[in-house]
Amino acid sequence: METSRIRDGVRAGLPLALAPLLFGASFGLLAIDGGMGRLGAVAMSATTFAGSAQFAAASILRDGGGALAAVVAAVLLNARYVTFSLAVASIFPGSRRRRFLESQLIVDESWALAGRSGRFDYGVLAGVGILLYVLWVGGTALGTVAGDLLDPEAIGLDAAFAALFLALLAPYLRTRRALVTALVAGLITLVLLPIAPPGLPIVAASLAALIGLRR
Amino acid sequence: MTWVVICIVGAVTMAFKATGPVLLGARDLPPRVGAVVEVLAPAMLAALVVTQTFGGDRELVLDERLAGVLVGAVAVRLRAPLVVVMIAAAVAAALIRLL
Repeated sequence: METSRIRDGVRAGLPLALAPLLFGASFGLLAIDGGMGRLGAVAMSATTFAGSAQFAAASILRDGGGALAAVVAAVLLNARYVTFSLAVASIFPGSRRRRFLESQLIVDESWALAGRSGRFDYGVLAGVGILLYVLWVGGTALGTVAGDLLDPEAIGLDAAFAALFLALLAPYLRTRRALVTALVAGLITLVLLPIAPPGLPIVAASLAALIGLRR
Repeated sequence: MTWVVICIVGAVTMAFKATGPVLLGARDLPPRVGAVVEVLAPAMLAALVVTQTFGGDRELVLDERLAGVLVGAVAVRLRAPLVVVMIAAAVAAALIRLL
């Protein structure tokens, strides 16, 4: 029963499959330039499994920005996962150990797709997460030996992801409360993007959810 | 030093992702917290749309991504499936980049 739900989730993630492979390869290449080595690049993709933080850390290392700067940037960029993780806390079944392992499948795309029906769906989160994980780690490994497979930006994949999140946001905007929350969160992000360190704007935007306290 | 970065970032990120499922689990949230969590999704999705569309190196960037997102928005409005929305946005951005 759980396996079939996860299988459905993998299927739901298939339209996204090209991106983690290509972005993964780009990261692999960048990580080599940043002096991580092949094993280091793959190890980071396997443990951190979060694109923007990995790109930030690798490019800081490549540009000689130092280990501390790389860690701070990556940790700030990933701080949003605390929020994401709290929102899906209740959907993970099984023992604490299993919940720990499966919670590692939380990434922007798996989280956003899992919430598509208005309630977070375990099968979608796990299925999309597993698919993206395999492709991300595999893409990274490919990139460390073969370089960029194909520039993801040349085929517009960056815009495709912005549009994906917009499409997933749209159904929420039917209720007034969610609409106001989204507008406030978007505004906070927009204002902070040019002035705050990367990652902080999204974390600050989660404060917009306090609107939920209003009756 | 790079291994220090890889290990610390990996460990911290794993802890971040595990926070909810490990510490809270299936426990029911107090109603007031639940009300906040309920609107977390639209808040975070809106923030992701903004960063993915305008994000740059500590600056707002207006580029082909915005054109792609606008085309994607039209597709959303027409109730197109997710894949179609993504392809429409990608094609629009890629075409403008070719020009």
